[in-house]
Amino acid sequence: MELYNTPLNVQEITARWYKESATLNCGAFITFIGTIREENGIEALSFDIYEPILKSWFEKWQKRAEQKGAIVKMAHSIGDVPIGASSYISAVVSPKRRAALELIDEFVEDFKANAPIWKYDVIDGKRIYAKDRSTPMSGAGILGKGIK
Amino acid sequence: MVKVEFLGPIGKDSVELDIKSLKELSIYMYNDKELKNWAENSAVAVNDSIVTSADFELKDGDRVSILPPVCGG
Repeated sequence: MELYNTPLNVQEITARWYKESATLNCGAFITFIGTIREENGIEALSFDIYEPILKSWFEKWQKRAEQKGAIVKMAHSIGDVPIGASSYISAVVSPKRRAALELIDEFVEDFKANAPIWKYDVIDGKRIYAKDRSTPMSGAGILGKGIK
Repeated sequence: MVKVEFLGPIGKDSVELDIKSLKELSIYMYNDKELKNWAENSAVAVNDSIVTSADFELKDGDRVSILPPVCGG
């Protein structure tokens, strides 16, 4: 897992991961690259990350991948990332194609739902929490229920 | 005392509370105009492990994190 205080250097990261994967006798290497796109007049997106829980989330996925003989990788930016740049890359390396295709889907979707990362639109230099695009993590709401 | 930190967009400084359970934390958040809205949709971690039930006793020195809805990528 790699975190950067800048937009991601996609060429460097993916080339390095690919090089690593080529030594592992694996037949499949799949990357997902997330690029910031223009939407609602934003100039950039910005991210906060809570690293300790992101780390344990990622470790859980490493174990899950290992059971299928695969490896997962991810990189993410902290702070502002302008339109056209990348904030997120994940990858799966696996001996077989099928396991890699399935894993990348599950890995990216669970990342969206449960990785402790908060997204903000940057408009006129101000950060606005992307509330409508955010999802409660699994286990969310226990404090709401607790009082009843 | 238990340290409670509010992550991401909640935008509140952490607080030290004399509470013994997550239920007491729930009451504290519901009594705060701003925190009330976050209580319903936030996940909770104690010492960096996600907790899935409000029936959770807190010990002196525990660190609680409130994690609002997420959107990575």
